[in-house]
Amino acid sequence: MSTDVHNIPIFPNEKSHIDVDSVTIRFAGDSGDGMQITGTQFTDASAIFGNDLATMPDFPAEIRAPAGTVAGVSAYQIHFSSQDIKTPGDDLNVLVAMNAAALKANIIDLEEGGILLVDEAGFGEKDIEKAEMKSNPLEDGSLDGYRVIKANITELTINAVKETGLKGKSAELCKNFFTLGMMYWLYDRPLNHTLKWLDEKYGAKTKYKDKPEIAESNKRALTAGYNFADTVELFTSHYRVKKAALPKGKYRKISGNEATVFGLLTASQKSGRPLFYGSYPITPASDILHGLSKHKNFGVITFQAEDEIAAIASAIGSAYAGGLGVTATSGPGICLKLEAMGLGVMTELPLIIVDVQRGGPSTGLPTKTEQSDLLMVMFGRSGDSPLPVLAAKSPSDCFNMAVEAARIALKYMTPVVLLSDGYIANGSEPWLIPDHAAIPEMKTNLAATGESFQAYARDPITSARKWAIPGTPGLEHRIGGLEKARNTGAVAYDPENHQGMTNERHAKIAGIANDIPLAEIAGHKDGDALVVSWGGTFGTVSTAIEECNKAGLKLGHVHLNYLNPFPKNLGEILASFERIIVPELNMGQLRMLLGGTFGIQIQGINQVRGKPFKVSYLASELHRILETQK
Amino acid sequence: MTTTTAEPLTRKDFASPTAIRWCPGCGDYSILSTMQGILPTLGIPKENFVFVSGIGCSSRFPYYMNTYGFHTIHGRAPAVSTGVKLTNPNLQVWVITGDGDALSIGGNHFIHALRRNMDLKIILFNNRIYGLTKGQYSPTSGVGTVSPSTPYGSVDLPLSPISMALGAEAGFVARTSDNDVKHMGEVFAAAAAYKGAALVEVLQNCVIFADKIHDPYYSRTTRNDSLLYLKHGEPLRYGKELEKGLTLDKMTIKTKVNPAESETIVHDEKEASGALAFYLSRLSHPEFPVPVGVFRNVERPSYYNAMRGQIDAAAAKNPPSLDKLFNSGSTWTVE
Repeated sequence: MSTDVHNIPIFPNEKSHIDVDSVTIRFAGDSGDGMQITGTQFTDASAIFGNDLATMPDFPAEIRAPAGTVAGVSAYQIHFSSQDIKTPGDDLNVLVAMNAAALKANIIDLEEGGILLVDEAGFGEKDIEKAEMKSNPLEDGSLDGYRVIKANITELTINAVKETGLKGKSAELCKNFFTLGMMYWLYDRPLNHTLKWLDEKYGAKTKYKDKPEIAESNKRALTAGYNFADTVELFTSHYRVKKAALPKGKYRKISGNEATVFGLLTASQKSGRPLFYGSYPITPASDILHGLSKHKNFGVITFQAEDEIAAIASAIGSAYAGGLGVTATSGPGICLKLEAMGLGVMTELPLIIVDVQRGGPSTGLPTKTEQSDLLMVMFGRSGDSPLPVLAAKSPSDCFNMAVEAARIALKYMTPVVLLSDGYIANGSEPWLIPDHAAIPEMKTNLAATGESFQAYARDPITSARKWAIPGTPGLEHRIGGLEKARNTGAVAYDPENHQGMTNERHAKIAGIANDIPLAEIAGHKDGDALVVSWGGTFGTVSTAIEECNKAGLKLGHVHLNYLNPFPKNLGEILASFERIIVPELNMGQLRMLLGGTFGIQIQGINQVRGKPFKVSYLASELHRILETQK
Repeated sequence: MTTTTAEPLTRKDFASPTAIRWCPGCGDYSILSTMQGILPTLGIPKENFVFVSGIGCSSRFPYYMNTYGFHTIHGRAPAVSTGVKLTNPNLQVWVITGDGDALSIGGNHFIHALRRNMDLKIILFNNRIYGLTKGQYSPTSGVGTVSPSTPYGSVDLPLSPISMALGAEAGFVARTSDNDVKHMGEVFAAAAAYKGAALVEVLQNCVIFADKIHDPYYSRTTRNDSLLYLKHGEPLRYGKELEKGLTLDKMTIKTKVNPAESETIVHDEKEASGALAFYLSRLSHPEFPVPVGVFRNVERPSYYNAMRGQIDAAAAKNPPSLDKLFNSGSTWTVE
């Protein structure tokens, strides 16, 4: 059914409300159309309203790819619900397409009969040509399976803001807020949050104070869009997504990178060690640098280094001098840091290396997600060079795992890798704000003047060496990348010592298994198969398993936040299932790690499309695998 | 920084028990000895010295100093040191590096530590050869250097560490030599006193792979006629009787015997643009004498102070509070 302004049923009274549980909307437009802001605002409004939600931005690697082309399409997806949800949604209920290219790139994900809101102004002859389409989809009948809502949003926006004095291109730029206003009406969201945000961003107390027309015109566009949807009867009804029954407490929305920032600041406060963040800008990790740079009041030193190597080297220097040394990057940056990570292993200094994974190899897919750095961070160093590897499972879990990475680094005197990925780093969800006072203080191994000190003498329980930081009288000593003599830390090349030190380094990291949570089986503990997942796929994998189990499969699920060492009961759990299935966004890295560690046969579900799994795809793969004989 | 040690420090306090493994006759010994002699004079507690090195013969240096020391990885010492210094500004951080370590694999870090004016004292041992890897040519080796990797002679054009440092905007740039410990001591002391990034190139002899490489200009018999001792405010003269001098003919530096005082260039290490220092850094043997001493010594803003200023201002305005942090932005309550 196609609906346009001239052909709408008129309802005499207030329009009806239809209650729905969950809705997935994607805002798609040109990179310059402000889709990320639109999506974020809709998300904030939904969060404050009380829905559970999950989001997924999707934008091109280029800042301004050629306007109007498919390569330049930027999108933001939000799944909001009155239920507990863990994924940004599979199929779209609503697609907003600001131009032909946005429609072309995204229509495949719109459900049959779904709402398609288009800006007619983005479907001119040139737009069709730039999108490399043969005909205008608004006219050729190809959209007959959807509820198409056409409006000339650009023209409506220009008219709505003209009294502010804004004209031409500047006036057109407000069209995302007009669109947002329409969506607010459709899903019954209040405007006040966005109106306030516009004042905070462009109002009298900002650098735009001499241009009051900017805030004013965007506010007008938003309100006009809302009123337009209400009065012209584009839509027959609004939808209502009730508040979710989330656990009681105070919430805020948080993205994975924000949560990492909060976790690192918390770790610094709880350990009493100054946070040093050495970093080189790289997508999708840069927001951690931006975030920490905003919080200098915590004493955090953010150092934008000349390259990835200097970024980690400076963090190692800080760790040597008593700081909580941290660096973050993405895959190509890890490639450059590997040698320095080895130095961290050899010198046994506390250090956190965050890898916000993206599609690879090489420059790969800078803005797209993947889980393909696992084996690199595990093994990508010269020599036997073990270090703990942790992975966050959701945006808010980045907070927990950043705190945990610091705890392990400081307690065990070791570099720790924390794996995040582009999907959870940029995605966001509600975060139940924790009681900061309940987060435990962190133990460090600082050595003090007067105590007997040997640079590589180990704690009997943790095997950690002492942290004697420069400036401490009487503890002057030398460390470095050459092999160390046991206890004394002097340079030593003899064979027995190298074997002994290699064993000690290995045992220290393996021993951390005694200090991390046991793996837990969700779903069927005695099921027909165990699904093992790790990192950012938690939401989709657990949702798919719940669906499969409802449909009659008997699946157990273990999700791993600790990849090295593994939880110490993992081998036992794996042995108790007939079949093991590992879905991951790579070609089989955890599968290889588990297979090699436990000597078991594993079936993989592997995808590298730059996108998270779809729940429906995972569910169908699980059904397919379970239906075939082992 | 004030001395807190009761007994005055001596050279012996800085000698480490580690057996020294440089080749007999290596120029590194005199550099080590000079450093051990200078540190007690600086009025800094022993525990506040840190020596950070990269990879190469020179980079074994920290093991031989009884101070805090960190033997890092190839070329990265300036970057590691940056983290050390920013985390604890009370430390005096010395970077020990060589021509391969600083100018080749670590060129990027070398440039940027100087550019930022990190308060590091960088001592670059320039023996114009790769020693530890057994004799390959380096970025400062002359064209035609025959080495294991260049049996037909090297074809790379070399660079000058001094020019490179000046190009990177370094505020303190100096050169000294391993066979003149008095001069070396003075230059080290000046570098230590400088507030900011200081680069000292030490002309150093490798007895095994490039023996006598600097002899044409710095040996006892050649130095009178071929080293030019830079002294701030004094005319640029050299020769046994200081009978020769440098003059400027339009834009070209020339050597002249018995130049008039009025035509002799006067050294000015404070010259703001760095142009004179750069010009001097381009002088090479045998057309010109090799300048040693301080090329440039000008104040530049401190990275640390600027950074700390921002941190302190932010903390004063908004004292750190996790509670406030967690509850920042839009929040909502589920009853």
